[in-house]
Amino acid sequence: MAKDLVNTLADLKEQEAITIVKDRLSAGEDPLKILGDARKGMEIVGKRFASSEYFIPDLVYSGEILKTVTEIVKPKLSTTTESKKLGKIVFGTVAGDIHDIGKDIVVFMLDVNGFEVHDLGVDVPVQKFVDKIKETGAPVVGLSGFLTLAFDSMKQTVDAIKAAGLRDKVNIMIGGGQITEEVRKYTGADAYGKDAMAGVTLAKKWAGVK
Amino acid sequence: MEKQWEEMSSDEKQEELFARWMSPKDPQGNDLKFQSPQAEKAYKERITRIKDAIQMKKLPDRVPVFVIPSFFPVYNAGFTPQEAMYDYDKCCMAFKKLVMNLAPDGQIGTVAPGPGKLFDILDYKLYSWPGHGVSPEQSFQANEGEYMKADEYDALIDDPSNFFSNTYLPRVFGALEGFKMLPTLTGILEIYGVAFNFIPFGLPPVQATYKALFEAGAEALKWAGAMGAFNTEINAAGFPGLWAGFTKAPFDVIGDTLRGTRGVMLDMYRQPDKLIEAMEKLTPIMIKMGVGVAKMNGQPLVFMPLHKGADGFMSDEQFKKFYWPTFRKVMMGLIAEGAVPNPAAEGKWTTRLEVMQDLPKGKTLWMIDQSDIAKAKKTLGKVACMYGNVSSALLALGTPQEVKDYVKKCIDVAGRGGGYIVSNGAFFDHAKAENVKAMVDFAKEYGVYK
Repeated sequence: MAKDLVNTLADLKEQEAITIVKDRLSAGEDPLKILGDARKGMEIVGKRFASSEYFIPDLVYSGEILKTVTEIVKPKLSTTTESKKLGKIVFGTVAGDIHDIGKDIVVFMLDVNGFEVHDLGVDVPVQKFVDKIKETGAPVVGLSGFLTLAFDSMKQTVDAIKAAGLRDKVNIMIGGGQITEEVRKYTGADAYGKDAMAGVTLAKKWAGVK
Repeated sequence: MEKQWEEMSSDEKQEELFARWMSPKDPQGNDLKFQSPQAEKAYKERITRIKDAIQMKKLPDRVPVFVIPSFFPVYNAGFTPQEAMYDYDKCCMAFKKLVMNLAPDGQIGTVAPGPGKLFDILDYKLYSWPGHGVSPEQSFQANEGEYMKADEYDALIDDPSNFFSNTYLPRVFGALEGFKMLPTLTGILEIYGVAFNFIPFGLPPVQATYKALFEAGAEALKWAGAMGAFNTEINAAGFPGLWAGFTKAPFDVIGDTLRGTRGVMLDMYRQPDKLIEAMEKLTPIMIKMGVGVAKMNGQPLVFMPLHKGADGFMSDEQFKKFYWPTFRKVMMGLIAEGAVPNPAAEGKWTTRLEVMQDLPKGKTLWMIDQSDIAKAKKTLGKVACMYGNVSSALLALGTPQEVKDYVKKCIDVAGRGGGYIVSNGAFFDHAKAENVKAMVDFAKEYGVYK
């Protein structure tokens, strides 16, 4: 009877996954173990996205299934324990730009790959990035932007991080629809990622993860 | 005597629309008076050049060149997007300056910024615009949301117009709340029912909505007057406007406008049949929209901004199942009526190119952004003219020499044998003016077919 939650979720079988979770809960299983399996399922989703087997609709759907599973399990949890994280990352779409699809995908991929992501949302003022870096001590910063105006906002954000004396404490990556190596140079960021997986690879490299 | 429209083949209809484009009218419906015989000659040469590139039957005299900006002309003229959206004269001055300075073969007129005051009156929620959600110095940006709920597909499919008027419009325009209370107009059938159906029009929220509509209509007319005068002037100076109007791929109608990216993607899993049924239902509506503007304005090109079908947004399998079939049907419907669909494939569409080449030759025009230009030439480029591939980043941050080098590469790779037009690849706000100029000037110099 114990069907495999990890693979059911990884294969995006929503109804089956929910049934398994309910069955396991009513059999008295430790809710944390169920969430652990769900997490492993999401890791597989991330891997499939990285290898171009899955695309954005599949990520969005997996996130939705995970949300439902978490909602079912949550009332049964007595304590929550933080799972291990590879490192902290401050992330956001830069000032003036309200696009979130690309940012959300990278944040999702960083999260399933074990990073603690502080997502500041969209149209994030320069100072908010600086404050969050100070507060969290995050060694990695991700700046997202879709419009050409983001080139300047990214540059201003990098400059402000420099002015706050934090530039040598962080690695900064940028990404978005119109971002190229030329833009990277212009903004003074350390690297740019052409897609979400490139962002994960950069974060892992900077965090010293093999 | 000439053939009636109904008797023409699709090829003849296309020729007819090109011919009408070549002989433009002024706003009163009379033949346009050109500024000079030279301007008239230049106008006709530009359209001929574009037509030859699109039809792929004979080589144009040279590779044509377009400039397709977003707010770039506004910044370039020293105005803010807010000024351009609220002061129609400034908007027109900005776009005029760009066209006169650069003299491109194709330009898009002045309508893109739109009337800010109209959006104020209507309390538009689908977009934020300068001073309303974004700063005065920035472009408008879309606010996606689930303006149609997951369980409303049947309502849309049953009666799209009624769904738009009574459900969708009140959700995206705060001032149109009253539309929620409107009767279904197809219920007005017999003398018994008439009075009941008119009760809603007496209710204060509905009357308030109609007041807002009158005000909005007056503003739209004022705006259209300003834009129309400018476009006539710019045509008379020898510069044809590219687009008769626009329509959309049905997947994007649902994904951009109604359900949002997240919503439509969940529907691909949870209710794929409903999603496909709704797109089928929207297909003839999108065809009618495109054909209607082409015939009304006497111009063949119908713009189609594409969004959710780009590489990475879905798998190739999902693209073939969800995005392409109704998108292709809309294009084929336009082509049958002589219009030339002009889809803008912003971003990267490299993995879709092989699917997209399933089109009749010389009937479409594609804006290509960052798709691999060499691969595009070998696939889609065999059947369709393409423009673009000069990136926003290059125009914003490169040097004129780098721009020229890139334009040379584009012409060498994609210009061979015709079917290519030099242009920026994505609607852009920020660029160095000298780079845009270098793109246009170099295309004219290097793009001559010998």
